[in-house]
Amino acid sequence: MANTTHTAADTATEAVGHAAEAAGHAAQSAGMPQLDTSTFANQIFWLVVALIVIYFVLSRIALPRIGGVLADRQRTITSDIAAAEDLKAKAVEAEKAYNQALTDARGEAARIVAEARAEIQKDLDAATAKADAEISAKAAESARRIDEIRAGAVESVKAVANDTAAALVSSLGGAADDKAIAAAVAERMKG
Amino acid sequence: MATEEHSEGLAFHPMDQFIVKPLFGGDEVGVLTVTNVTLWMAIAVLGIVALFVLGTRGRAVIPSRTQSVAELAYGFVHKMVEDVAGHDAVKFFPYIFTLFIFIVFSNFLGLLPKAFTPTSHIAVTAFLALAVFLTVTIVGFVKHGLHFLGLFWVSSAPLPLRPVLALIEVISYFVRPVSHSIRLAGNMMAGHAVIKVFAAFAPLVLISGVGIAVTPLSILAITAIYGLEILVAFIQAYVFTILTCVYLKDALHPAH
Repeated sequence: MANTTHTAADTATEAVGHAAEAAGHAAQSAGMPQLDTSTFANQIFWLVVALIVIYFVLSRIALPRIGGVLADRQRTITSDIAAAEDLKAKAVEAEKAYNQALTDARGEAARIVAEARAEIQKDLDAATAKADAEISAKAAESARRIDEIRAGAVESVKAVANDTAAALVSSLGGAADDKAIAAAVAERMKG
Repeated sequence: MATEEHSEGLAFHPMDQFIVKPLFGGDEVGVLTVTNVTLWMAIAVLGIVALFVLGTRGRAVIPSRTQSVAELAYGFVHKMVEDVAGHDAVKFFPYIFTLFIFIVFSNFLGLLPKAFTPTSHIAVTAFLALAVFLTVTIVGFVKHGLHFLGLFWVSSAPLPLRPVLALIEVISYFVRPVSHSIRLAGNMMAGHAVIKVFAAFAPLVLISGVGIAVTPLSILAITAIYGLEILVAFIQAYVFTILTCVYLKDALHPAH
């Protein structure tokens, strides 16, 4: 870069030289104004003034301000990132808690269901047992009544048979011996 | 050159733009005379104040456009100082930033038509370069005392070569402000002078038939050189600043 610009400088100087030679009325400005030492003091004076003004404006006001803004921004970004991390962690935590609550609720529900089922089962069992007992009691009662009825019937049949036998015997002219008749009927009824 | 034939119509004053003249009449340029140098330096100062003080007065975390330009310049130079000259050079940052921003503003303002470019004057750039040279040398001696002279004694070279190298190093050290100042002033002056030379050819079409070819060419050339000069205006400010950082690094860490 420096080389090319140096060459440009050379060409420029050459061109300037040519132009100065060619144009006669340019003769008074043929010399480079840069080498006119009479203006040096003036330029350097104003340069120093400008530099001092710029230096104080920058170092007292602008640079601390910009540095502060940049630091602030850096801090804001850092704290925002930290806050974001924090919130993310909290979200993860909340999700975990939610899942935990869900699992707990499920367990509780299952427990309640099992309990209810057990209770129902118990009630059912009790009711079944009670019903069974009632049924068997009723069955026993029925059996007893059947037996009674049966016994009653046998008794009735025996009495009828005795009466009939006694009537038969008396109508045939015999003396009805109650004991003998009962024994005979009982004998017959066995067979 | 076409000048030979048309010298009566074409005016070549490529160096007139560099003349320092009093603003309010008179011919004498005294020390305190208000000249075009004063005017354009004042414009540069006002521009710098506008950008860095007015532009940043919001102190916004989310910057406005001017504030982000100011922050960009701050970050650019701050990083340069830190990377090139080291972390302990940061206390020279306002000084280096002042140089950089003054040169950038002068260079770019000088590209405005009719403008005067303070940085095209060797008096200005030599003062800047000498200020850097003196600062760096004083800092070197204050921080390292006579050890600073070790900068010239290349201890990694074979012993018989060292005096020769020391001589070369001393010469190159004292040539630094010369190259430092001439590089900037030369680049600025050359670009502006070349533009002016091409500009002198531009009205040729009014004088001669050759102008039909020459005028568009010279206007094209002005445009091209102007584009190059925009690049040069920034690069030369950058080069001046980065060399300042390099010299400062030598003063702070003189070991080879």
